[in-house]
Amino acid sequence: MQEDELRRLVDATRCSRISRRAFVQRMVAAGISAPIAGMILAHNGVAFAQPINAYKPTKAGGGGTLKVLQWQGPTLLNPHLSSGSKDWHASNVFYEPLAGWDMEGNLVPILAEVVPSLENGGVAKDLTSVTWKLKKNVKWHDGTPFTADDCVFNWEYASNPATSAYSISAYRNTRVEKLDPYTVRISFEKPTPFWADAFVGSRGMIIPKHLFEAYQGAKAREAPNNLKPVGTGPYIFVEFKPGDLLLGKINPSYHVVNRPHFDAIEIKGGGDAVSAARAVLQTGDYDFVYNMQVEEAILKRLEAAGRGKVEVVPSGHIEHIQVNFADPWTEVDGERASPARKHPILGDKAVRQALNLLLDRETLQKVVYGRDATATANFVNAPPRYVSKKNSWEFNIEKASALLDGAGWKRGADGIREKDGKRMKFVFQTAANSLRQKTQAVFKQACEKVGISLELKSVDSSVFFSSDPGNPDTFGHFYADLQMYTSPVTQPDPALFMQQFLPEQVSHKGNKWQNRNVTRWVSKDFEEAFKAAESEVDPVKRTALLIKLNDLVIEDVVVIPVIVRRILAGMKKNLVAPMSPWDTYVWDLSGWYLEA
Amino acid sequence: MLNFLIRRLFTAAASLLGISIVLFAVLALAPGDLFSELITNPAIPPDVIESLRKQFGLDEPIHIRYLRWLAAMLQGDWGYSYTSRIGVDQLILQRVPTTLFIVGLAQVLALAIALPVGVYAAMRPYSLFDRLASLLAFIGFSLPTFFTGLLFILLFSVYLDWLPFIYRTNITATGWQWAWEMFRQSVMPITVIGLALGASWTRYVRSAVLDVIRLDYVTTARSKGLREHVVIIKHVVRNALIPVVTMVALQIPAIFGGAIITEQMFRIPGIGSLLISSLLANDTPVIMAVTFVFAGLVILFNLIADLLYGWLDPRISYR
Repeated sequence: MQEDELRRLVDATRCSRISRRAFVQRMVAAGISAPIAGMILAHNGVAFAQPINAYKPTKAGGGGTLKVLQWQGPTLLNPHLSSGSKDWHASNVFYEPLAGWDMEGNLVPILAEVVPSLENGGVAKDLTSVTWKLKKNVKWHDGTPFTADDCVFNWEYASNPATSAYSISAYRNTRVEKLDPYTVRISFEKPTPFWADAFVGSRGMIIPKHLFEAYQGAKAREAPNNLKPVGTGPYIFVEFKPGDLLLGKINPSYHVVNRPHFDAIEIKGGGDAVSAARAVLQTGDYDFVYNMQVEEAILKRLEAAGRGKVEVVPSGHIEHIQVNFADPWTEVDGERASPARKHPILGDKAVRQALNLLLDRETLQKVVYGRDATATANFVNAPPRYVSKKNSWEFNIEKASALLDGAGWKRGADGIREKDGKRMKFVFQTAANSLRQKTQAVFKQACEKVGISLELKSVDSSVFFSSDPGNPDTFGHFYADLQMYTSPVTQPDPALFMQQFLPEQVSHKGNKWQNRNVTRWVSKDFEEAFKAAESEVDPVKRTALLIKLNDLVIEDVVVIPVIVRRILAGMKKNLVAPMSPWDTYVWDLSGWYLEA
Repeated sequence: MLNFLIRRLFTAAASLLGISIVLFAVLALAPGDLFSELITNPAIPPDVIESLRKQFGLDEPIHIRYLRWLAAMLQGDWGYSYTSRIGVDQLILQRVPTTLFIVGLAQVLALAIALPVGVYAAMRPYSLFDRLASLLAFIGFSLPTFFTGLLFILLFSVYLDWLPFIYRTNITATGWQWAWEMFRQSVMPITVIGLALGASWTRYVRSAVLDVIRLDYVTTARSKGLREHVVIIKHVVRNALIPVVTMVALQIPAIFGGAIITEQMFRIPGIGSLLISSLLANDTPVIMAVTFVFAGLVILFNLIADLLYGWLDPRISYR
């Protein structure tokens, strides 16, 4: 989408000629994620939509116990120190951020009175600071009032490198100060177009100063309250057995009237995905399960019992094949795949383009993945209705064959293509997983038809996803020609996600293969566009730049996107539970209720 | 006797030390990373992971880490779980009662089946009852628990909808209601473990009783005119049980291991499921502690079995 076209649309929305929802939908269709679209409008003086309040109960409580299954049971209840999504979900039951993200990417105020915008003066014109107004009637579960001091403390706590908080990137390089007891200002070192990171969403949950003050820095992991949360959320902590059980009871003085609907919450951990889906969909023993990774055929059978429903939450988690731009088969200074040595065959763009044409995404989506995935041609994928204007995928063996012929790759005596004595034989590795193995097989079949020999390799996922510098089979070493895995997208802003293609991020021996650019692709254009996006104040221009980043990666076939994941939530037939791919599954827990 | 005990305790300590070295080395050398979920997440900077590694002492060489662990262990400090920062001893204590309850009752059930069936089958060898019991026993121990467990869930939870297949530790009911709920949720796992165990024990009891029942003193007892049930209970079973008791004692630690699969299937928060989840999370201190407890149990029950054997059978002497 061109810049001037974007501006026309924004104007039309401001003058109410088209609805806000329509605007967001058109943005999404053009490849701009909903949160960004929302921020474009906010910047241009169109306030975030007031979410349609569908919450029906007229009093708090009375809903009984909400029984949730989370097959990876939570182990730690401090959102800053939690190591994975299993803990962020559980922490969010008790702790809340200033605002959360809804399904369409709108910011929804939770502990904040309103969402800051240019119009209400919350966001500075030069985008170097944002001011949040806090709700005044909020109390921690122990009765202490929630104030700006708590926000300042969370910033100090998380940005301290000694704390080693997982939320650190949201808070470092910022300064948070208290303007009055219910106002905080976040100042950034440079104009920050995506300001809604600190205190927002799963990394923005706020912990109480009075209980964690004594446990900052290196002592952070010793705080007794890491296992006994005292938050502001709709449920008060009752009991926690790591990996097994988490219990909460209704917070009678919750800061939103008539909420929450349930009298208690129970989160049970352990077991496997299929039996969790069964307990919700088939036997109805439990009310809710998130992220059911269950094969389509089994899911359909479970659903047939009619006790539960499956809700699809589109996410940006992208399963993709990475192309190695360095030569993995020659050792240079004690390392293979050294960035100093280009890949002799994959360095040829025609070969990469041919590979992209040989991936039968349609079959993969229909036969292998089912409802929990959508085939895609893009690396950055927005919410559900995403259809890229620029990039599309096709499965075309003839075209791939013609491309290779044109580039001078001729079939040898055994049918395998070669050129200048280089034979087209690749090693394609992935983390062991039945779906990925099937994908590998489908890809291999197509490649063999055009004379590319593919050796399939699957590495145990505990090895593949480890950062062990001594193990050559990790994804970071990438000692193969091609590899496939899923990159999770946890943030609505793609800038951080696209960092993995920057030259400074190239993974090699010098950084013990810890950096994120594992394809070793280096592009001046990309670097320039990235740097430009970082300092761009105008959100429309910045959005155009961010889309360009995706297009550069796709155009040069650095990665071959396979499918974008959709998360399946199973819930009781009459349970209403607003989901969001940008936040935890309980981001709006106080709004969950049972329909009569 | 005392001499024997001291000698055995000494070898036990040495074996435990050896076991701990092997375990630690295997865990340290095995692939896997505590931070694997964070590595692919672009929102988490690599330096945070690096500094955490330092905080947990994971950047040091294996032998230093082992010595540190050993020193702490000798002082009774089991260490902390990396993932939940809770004392490992506390974590294990949280899980032990459930495992004991399930595994204990499963053993009682197994004995309740094995003893009468085994003895009765041995009293009438090759009768119809014996053949039937043997057939069922063979079926029982050739079916793995994960299969019988699934079969039970399918039948009793899905088709009949009688029993829950998720074990809950927070039943709020009291009195009879509580007992009923506990019964409903534990009857399936207990039966699954109990049947598998009972099947092999039945065969064992049968052969032990068969060995004894043909001996001369039994014929003497019968010719004295004692009634059959007195002969069986007082003279046959008592003697036949000596090897059975030893075997049951020796199998107790193995049962903890065998319950891992069943615990996982029914979501029973016992030691076994703790081991599985810490293995998946690469939570070394917990894995070390749980496997170490298992090893300790094996050694302890071996010792108990040896002592019991001597006590039950005075012909055995300790030197």
